[in-house]
Amino acid sequence: MMEEVKEVTPTLSVHADNIKVTEVLKEGDTLTFIIVSQKLSGTGEYHVDRTYDDFEWLQQHLFSQEDVPGIQGVIFPPLPAKAQVNASAKVMKQLGFLGLEEWQPYCKALENFLQQIAAHSILCKNKALEIFLTSSDPPGRQRVRKNIFNRLSQAVVEMRKESHKDVDEFFQTERDHNLVLTGCTKTATERFLDVVLTEQKIAVACGHFSAALQLCVEQGEDPDKQAFSKACVKLSEVFNSMMKNMTSVAENNVNTLGVGLDLESRYQEAEKEMLFRRTCKLVELETARRNAEKAKPVKKAAMEEVKKAAETEFDHICGVAKQEIAQFHGLRVKMLQQALVQWCEKQLLTAKEKADQFDQHLQAFRGMA
Amino acid sequence: MADTARDPPPAHTDFQELEDGEDLFLEPAVIQESGPASLPAEDISANSNGPKQDSLFDDDPEDLFAEATEEVSLDSPEREVLLSDGPSPAITPITPPTSVITPRIGLAHDDMFTHSSFDEIEEEEGGDSFDMHISVSDPEKVGDGMNAYMAYKVTTKTSMSLFKTDEFSVKRRFSDFLGLHSKLASKYLHIGYIVPPAPEKSIVGMTKVKVGKEDQSSNEFVEKRRSALERYLMRTVKHPILLKDPDVLQFLESSELPRAVSTQALSSAGLLRMVNKAADAVNKMTIKMNESDAWFEEKQQHFENLDVQLRKLHASVESLVCHRKELSVNTAQFAKSAAMLGNSEDHTALSRALSQLAEVEEKIDQLHQDQANADFYLFSELLGDYVRLITAVKGVFDHRMKTWQKWQDSQLLLQKKREAEAKLQFTNKPDKLQQAKDEIKEEIEELEGKVQQGERDFEQISKTIRKEVSRFEKERVKDFKMIIIKYLESLVQTQQQLIKYWDAFLPEAKAIS
Repeated sequence: MMEEVKEVTPTLSVHADNIKVTEVLKEGDTLTFIIVSQKLSGTGEYHVDRTYDDFEWLQQHLFSQEDVPGIQGVIFPPLPAKAQVNASAKVMKQLGFLGLEEWQPYCKALENFLQQIAAHSILCKNKALEIFLTSSDPPGRQRVRKNIFNRLSQAVVEMRKESHKDVDEFFQTERDHNLVLTGCTKTATERFLDVVLTEQKIAVACGHFSAALQLCVEQGEDPDKQAFSKACVKLSEVFNSMMKNMTSVAENNVNTLGVGLDLESRYQEAEKEMLFRRTCKLVELETARRNAEKAKPVKKAAMEEVKKAAETEFDHICGVAKQEIAQFHGLRVKMLQQALVQWCEKQLLTAKEKADQFDQHLQAFRGMA
Repeated sequence: MADTARDPPPAHTDFQELEDGEDLFLEPAVIQESGPASLPAEDISANSNGPKQDSLFDDDPEDLFAEATEEVSLDSPEREVLLSDGPSPAITPITPPTSVITPRIGLAHDDMFTHSSFDEIEEEEGGDSFDMHISVSDPEKVGDGMNAYMAYKVTTKTSMSLFKTDEFSVKRRFSDFLGLHSKLASKYLHIGYIVPPAPEKSIVGMTKVKVGKEDQSSNEFVEKRRSALERYLMRTVKHPILLKDPDVLQFLESSELPRAVSTQALSSAGLLRMVNKAADAVNKMTIKMNESDAWFEEKQQHFENLDVQLRKLHASVESLVCHRKELSVNTAQFAKSAAMLGNSEDHTALSRALSQLAEVEEKIDQLHQDQANADFYLFSELLGDYVRLITAVKGVFDHRMKTWQKWQDSQLLLQKKREAEAKLQFTNKPDKLQQAKDEIKEEIEELEGKVQQGERDFEQISKTIRKEVSRFEKERVKDFKMIIIKYLESLVQTQQQLIKYWDAFLPEAKAIS
């Protein structure tokens, strides 16, 4: 018999912070994403193509690492909802910012997803990530066994546990705070999306007006006609500028703050799920304790075993969770700061460009009169 | 356009009266008598709109629609019909309708004017600087409930010698403006002058104001109306002829103005106008004019095209204004939610930045509102004004057609009479022959006079229209250019403000860590 070689803890063979989703291709109804990562050793890149199903495969593998102690205390980087070509209105609404701008924000979100996994001390060790990023074949599109972490599959009765009182003040505070933040962030994200959609409508309206003005150009040598035509043409140019301006403003909004708020919102939900899992474990533990206490001598030993296992697991989870929460707090502040700074810088640049342009139009017009 | 009591101009006797310095405002009865029995097309309108019938409608205390006005949209089918552009027969009793071609000029010149003198006036004004500014301000609600109305202060600042003082104000209500327009339209439209149309009526808007709703939409309505009234007056006085009209002067200067009661859309007078307009529309379709002047044909086509284009532009701008208002609402909502987020945030620097974000968004919201106002008041209202003005222009062209028709009809009649005269030679009742001959000779003479007058009128109106159109086109270009410059200035200003806001926010965002 061959001695089983003890598997060395796998490490990722690419740079974690340089994973890019460079392209999205439409193939019939499916979207295919091109992912590029840089080899750690030497120069060289991995180019792979993956569909959403592949991303889900990866996520399932991460969720189902039962051998990792305290895995349930991990805040898993959130995977965006599935993107589709010709998506229904409902799907588009769910995707929010990610569904805009020709899937560019969506690619960014997937990119972020992969980068966060690669940077995570526990998750980066999973083989699935390596396969996902480097294997030229798609990692296999079979469904892994059912995701035990999938909230949606949990029975409604389990939802009661959400408000179960905590034994630890730290966690109770975190749960309360998370609840408030999740709500606020979701609202802010939705409202910002409304702003962007209206900006897009204005851009279209400016375009229409600009086109209608072109139709007002009159032929003829009559000086008044010529003057009016010139004015119309100039005004048409102005509104064309305005259209481009609005489009840029909307784009900036989507690509910086929009995407940032969306990520924050999904991360808050991810933390919420983790805290819920822990709460469920707490309930399980408290039940196990009660059972052990009340158990008849025959069953006592078995119940004690169960209780001990539950305690250990719960402790692991709490340990991991505390770390995760601390990291998460730092991460989200960083992400939001980045989003806000980028947003402001981009809008400032656009505003300056447009101010110059409008000024030029004004001078040209005054010169005409 | 309803060319009602202004029947065929009274015979040449009118001019003589003029030169004698007599009162130009003939008694309504006189006009009716000189009204021809012979022009069927005109008759329908003439008879139904005789001043006699007016008095029935004018002060009907039982008129249930006394205060009612009707909401008229730019494109509603009734719009054409309900515009008080058409000279209305139902004008206040003080100034009875006339067909006077040369209205009395007031203070500046002593002698009475004939056609040629109008040219003089216009040439004087030609290179002259038009120094007059009218502002409509201080809308004030007078009275209560459904009898309430808005009174506006009309202030005129001018250095022109036409007026007694440099600066003066009066209080006017909306129906006063409508009454003024009504009078001007009845005097000038049918002889080819483009009389600026009055602002539109609106039942919904006014009812809200009367009922006392002090909300944003009724404030907006009052502001929109105030602005429209100001533009209306400015356009009217910019017209060198209208400026000198005694009704205009009276409107601007005299502290008390008799109420124009018959301007309400749903009043009996209003309904009458509707009937007239319908009759006119039918008449217009049946007049086939031999256009000998290519200029007119080209211009009519030009104005048709312009009408279509301006309406398209107007619709476009309205859509834009609507979206901007929506953006303002959404931005305000987002600002609120950002503020809430900032409040819930633990991290101090992030919390601060989010609160600042909320403030910036609120300021941007204000900018959006300002921009929406610019879109609206500059473009939307301008385009709306011009769509209505073009309707007046088209009306003037229609009047020319009618004038031509009248002339042709007189000629036809003359020919018939001449034929009848010739036939008389062969009659076999010698005793009645001389009497008949004399009668016919009289009629022929009269008709010859009418034909000459008809030709003169036609030439005059054609000449006037040419001048008016030229003036209109120049004004149009000036108006649009001025608005565009104002708009561009507002755009530039908005951008500068925006830059300031972003500049102020950036350090806040960077300070988060």
